[in-house]
Amino acid sequence: MPININILRSVFIERVQNETASVKTILFKDKVSSKAEPGQFLMVWIPGVEELPMSVMVADKEHTAAITIRRKGIGSTALFNKRIGEMLGIRGPYGNNFKIAPSARTVLLVGGGTGLVPLIRLAAKLNETRICCTLIIGASSKREVFFENTADAVLSDTKHKIIVSTENGDYGIKGNATDAMTQVLKQETFDTVYTCGPELMMKKVLDIASAYSLPIQASLERHMKCGIGICASCCIEDKLVCKDGTVFCEKQLSKMNEFGIFYRDKTGRKIVY
Amino acid sequence: MELRNPTMLASGFLGISQAIFNRLYNADVGAIVSKSISSKPIEGYRNPTVVCLEGGSYLNAVGLANPGADVFSREIASNPYVPIIVSLVGSSHDDFPPMINKFDDLNILGYEINLSCPHVAKMGMEVGDDPDMVTKVVKTVKSHTLKPVVVKVGLGNVDLLDIARAANDAGANAITAINTIRAMTINIESGIPVLSNKIGGLSGKSVKPVAIRCVYEISKNVALPVIGCGGIFSWEDAVEFMLAGASAIQLGSVIGYEGFGAFQRICLGLKRYLDRKGMKNLTELVGLAHKY
Repeated sequence: MPININILRSVFIERVQNETASVKTILFKDKVSSKAEPGQFLMVWIPGVEELPMSVMVADKEHTAAITIRRKGIGSTALFNKRIGEMLGIRGPYGNNFKIAPSARTVLLVGGGTGLVPLIRLAAKLNETRICCTLIIGASSKREVFFENTADAVLSDTKHKIIVSTENGDYGIKGNATDAMTQVLKQETFDTVYTCGPELMMKKVLDIASAYSLPIQASLERHMKCGIGICASCCIEDKLVCKDGTVFCEKQLSKMNEFGIFYRDKTGRKIVY
Repeated sequence: MELRNPTMLASGFLGISQAIFNRLYNADVGAIVSKSISSKPIEGYRNPTVVCLEGGSYLNAVGLANPGADVFSREIASNPYVPIIVSLVGSSHDDFPPMINKFDDLNILGYEINLSCPHVAKMGMEVGDDPDMVTKVVKTVKSHTLKPVVVKVGLGNVDLLDIARAANDAGANAITAINTIRAMTINIESGIPVLSNKIGGLSGKSVKPVAIRCVYEISKNVALPVIGCGGIFSWEDAVEFMLAGASAIQLGSVIGYEGFGAFQRICLGLKRYLDRKGMKNLTELVGLAHKY
């Protein structure tokens, strides 16, 4: 019988990797999510605490899935503190995904923070099809940089470059991810730009990509409840991020007057960034 | 209340943004009932607020999350043409007039009063379980607007017919039946209830036979139009509700399965059914099962 992805599945944590002092990757066995497309997300239930939308990370074993969490609020901290053997509930994967044009030869990935997760999963796919890839990792400082080695390993079969930018300049290029993007674009061009991270960063990535007439795909985040397109908590204009997204292209993004301007809080009120 | 077609969006689904309302209108929705709006913004419960169950049912305890009357009235202030019914919720009759003042001059079709939310203390069902309170709320609302007022009822501790009669006697224009039914689910590995509020409301296919019964009983005993709601996934379900006495129907859970296309598909199926039965108008169908 085919599995109904909407029904909560109990999974048990098999491994926990520390990425930084406040970021961890949690791995568990789950055949369905191990096959998730880059950009898709899971609804992850931390029993008795919270349910969070989490982008699916790459895992190194068959039938294994992973999520990467930054300790922040009540739910994410509870998830961060989970140990091997403990249970999580998951449903999904949900949403659309990053698309790779058959004609693509060389692409640019711009990620900030845990927004790197779907980009690493995308990188694994680009590696399979040997598409040249430049990845920009944006972080506030050296100790907040993660996935640099993971990305290098994931892209090992294709020509790739990994550029790190730190806001305080203690590692890599000084400045944020979009400063690095501007520098890169002065020397090279790309078939597509993929981005995920803080919305204001993605807005800037869109603006820069538009100035160079580059197609772009961005994976958006909004406050989510149902994950299946019935509650509209995650709406941006007339789109539902959980169902119509999370990935939107430049045509859709440039029509979204709300993109990079405001989001809706838990009550549904619009809050300016 | 005149609708362009009998398929409405049930309250609680998709209902906070004008842009989404416009998209629903283009997807042929007959009318949209907004999320229930309260005087002040409500954050609602922590996730999980929605749980999917086997067989086309959902459990939810969103906790009446909404931006509040002030913000929502501004959201729909320039509503161009969409038939919006504003769902209102309050803990006493005094809560309603200030909200109506904010909405009454806007381009809206009317109001649905939520007297049956099963999972928020002091609101919804706690009001709807008390016929005197129902009378007071409906009379107050009616005295502050000329627009149609629909009352949404559910399964509480009091006989549904007593509530429906109270709404009728107080001047309501229609009744929506039914709201979700109090229910819960527990994860067997952890032993923990899944909804953060533990108890929520059941919707979808599993409530349909109950909803059919309620629509049947209300329409047989109370002289108000009934709007059927509860697990309508197909045109066949819609026909069944109409035979039971519903003049229109509301869709919700089905949207999780087929998105915005449900309205058009069910309308088309209804039309074909009427043609096949040689009926010119939906009203010929309403309550036909009563004669048996």
